[in-house]
Amino acid sequence: MSVILDVQALDVRIPLAQGMLHPVRDVSFAVERGETLCIVGESGCGKSLTSLALMDLLPRRAERRAARLIFAGEDLTRASEARMTDLRGNKMAMIFQEPMTSLNPSYSIGNQLEEALLRHRRIGRREATDRAIYLLEKVGITAAASRLTQYPHQLSGGLRQRVMIAMALMCGPDLIIADEPTTALDVTIQAQILHLLAQLQREFKMGLILITHDLGIVARVATRVAVMYAGQIVETGTVAELFARPLHPYTQGLLRCIPVPGRTKRGTHLGSIPGIVPNLIGDLVGCSFHNRCEHAYESCAATDVSQREIAPGRAYRCLLTAEQCAANAAKAAA
Amino acid sequence: MTAPVLETRDVSCTFQIGAGLFKAKRPLHAVNGVSLKLMKGDVLGLVGESGCGKSTLAKMLLGLQAPTGGDIRFDGAPIMGLDRRAIARRVQPIFQDPYSSLNPRKTVGSIISLPLRVHRVGEPDEWRDRVEAMMDLVGLARRFTDSYPNQLSGGQRQRVAIARALIMKPDVVICDEPTSALDVSVQSQILNLLQDLRQELGLTYLLISHNLAVVEHMATRVAVMYLGRIVEENDTDSLFQTPRHPYTQALLASVLTPEPGLGVPDAQLGIAFPNPIDPPAGCTFHPRCAQALAQCSRVAPMPIADGNGFTECHLYNPAKDVAA
Ligand SMILES: Nc1ncnc2c1ncn2[C@@H]1O[C@H](COP(=O)(O)OP(=O)(O)OP(=O)(O)O)[C@@H](O)[C@H]1O
Ligand SMILES: Nc1ncnc2c1ncn2[C@@H]1O[C@H](COP(=O)(O)OP(=O)(O)OP(=O)(O)O)[C@@H](O)[C@H]1O
Ligand code: SF4
Ligand SMILES: [Mg+2]
Ligand SMILES: [Mg+2]
Repeated sequence: MSVILDVQALDVRIPLAQGMLHPVRDVSFAVERGETLCIVGESGCGKSLTSLALMDLLPRRAERRAARLIFAGEDLTRASEARMTDLRGNKMAMIFQEPMTSLNPSYSIGNQLEEALLRHRRIGRREATDRAIYLLEKVGITAAASRLTQYPHQLSGGLRQRVMIAMALMCGPDLIIADEPTTALDVTIQAQILHLLAQLQREFKMGLILITHDLGIVARVATRVAVMYAGQIVETGTVAELFARPLHPYTQGLLRCIPVPGRTKRGTHLGSIPGIVPNLIGDLVGCSFHNRCEHAYESCAATDVSQREIAPGRAYRCLLTAEQCAANAAKAAA
Repeated sequence: MTAPVLETRDVSCTFQIGAGLFKAKRPLHAVNGVSLKLMKGDVLGLVGESGCGKSTLAKMLLGLQAPTGGDIRFDGAPIMGLDRRAIARRVQPIFQDPYSSLNPRKTVGSIISLPLRVHRVGEPDEWRDRVEAMMDLVGLARRFTDSYPNQLSGGQRQRVAIARALIMKPDVVICDEPTSALDVSVQSQILNLLQDLRQELGLTYLLISHNLAVVEHMATRVAVMYLGRIVEENDTDSLFQTPRHPYTQALLASVLTPEPGLGVPDAQLGIAFPNPIDPPAGCTFHPRCAQALAQCSRVAPMPIADGNGFTECHLYNPAKDVAA
């Protein structure tokens, strides 16, 4: 398989009245064609800003820095504004949580789908219409041709999200970034949409970055996982490794917080992570998790922690050894 | 047998919806003949998709929305005669959004003590003590008494909402998506707190949630709602182990437990979403149902008793062969 996106040491800074916000810190990952990378983490940890940074869609004042940002062999740190506009919606597409942020209420579905293609390809409208119908059917919308004249507000939330997926596919992208694509939907519709995304992603051999705060979604769709906390990736691994042997104390804590039918006993206490996330303005000293970590010792508050790679694609950001981390997990499970 | 604390008997709520200029208004049956019993100490989980009528039912139980049919009883007596305040002393809400349900211009102390002032309970000089006792109970540091909601985290705000709901010592708490807006690490703290308070204060909960894992963890009984009706109700173990209604089955199949390797299930649900103003005939679920029988598009199913609960589906009708 080939790497479609390679990100090394991505940083985002946003100047605010209170000081310099540093919401994305030293983020590195790679995505291969045909695989799904899930970025998981709690509200405000920097998931959306990471994806906006990749697409060069950050707020104006924001600064982006990266040691490496390579998409399909092309160095995006050197790409011009015009080149990025050409890539977006074309070779790299995005699906947002709220479809109405990307669908224009005053144009018909057909019009918007066709435009997505006509903007980037020299083809006729007829061909664009055919592709729109083909993709609407692909995403499970019946009577696709008759939907083309409908407007976004005439569709349910689940149908709108399907239209968004069709729109993202119009140009045959190599990479799709889906930012909480099902958070606003019911569980049955969520399962339908994720089922569909996974199927299309395999069929078209695209890379998929799926951003979510839902560990259930991660377990079911990810090939690999990156766990984010306070702007940093604190753990990466294959989905099987990460759920079977979580290393970072934050990942371990998160997995204990969620009720799992048949596994957590009804009426008992769930695990919890006391405390709150650190302020992301200014520099963080030491481990970003130390103030909430039950295993922290003196060095954790003083020593900056870098990624420790224990195997290709398997890394974590904690001062404890992998053996200590595993022992902690075993002790908590007992 | 003891009487339920709270009971609905064939309760309905119909809204008249404007279909457009010059067109006659049309009825939307948001809640359509619901009978439920909340026994003391129960945690009744209420699940169902967006718009099926869960919040409307909750509002009726809180006296915030008048039923258009049927009745609601508190300790066996109809609440029709009671005024809003009398209901509010016994039934209190905790809503989804701790951001919008708290007045941003009031301090935490004054938000929590508001019910005491409204209901003129006790003397003003006792109020501060009661507020502080309540803050201790829900795990809010007393230093937040004079803080404003925007100075608190999401979890702290939800604790304020819980303290406000409990200060009147209600019997029943209606929790409408109490943790949906919270991160999982905060959700677990709030769920643990709700469990503890239930034990300590002998509370009864109606717990509305989209998250079936949360419902499985908290509820003693579960009711599944579809288009204004309860289509299945049973004790939690029966419902999760042997879901009977095809919608319940689809719902449970759609739960993405954190178990890698299982993939995303295909719940075999169509995308023929019903229009609540023009609901399908017969069983309202039939256009999406993979197991529908011939009569399902014509005849509305009746509730069929099943162990500790019931299912409203033709598949379980003993006389189905005769009817079909
Ligand atoms: N335009 C902006 N200006 C200033 N701060 C911002 C801006 N956008 C995001 N932030 C801050 O940056 C941090 C990371 O935000 P981001 O939106 O990436 O979080 P997230 O992980 O996507 O969270 P969520 O799960 O809530 O969507 C947050 O603290 C947020 O408040
Ligand atoms: N005041 C109102 N006027 C008209 N229609 C209403 C009103 N309140 C609710 N409805 C309609 O009644 C139906 C039930 O709404 P309700 O809010 O009870 O659903 P819900 O199950 O709580 O949904 P959700 O899971 O999205 O919160 C919906 O079709 C809704 O649009
Ligand atoms: S570095 Fe220290 S504080 Fe951070 S996660 Fe590891 S043990 Fe905990
Ligand atoms: Mg986000
Ligand atoms: Mg609701």
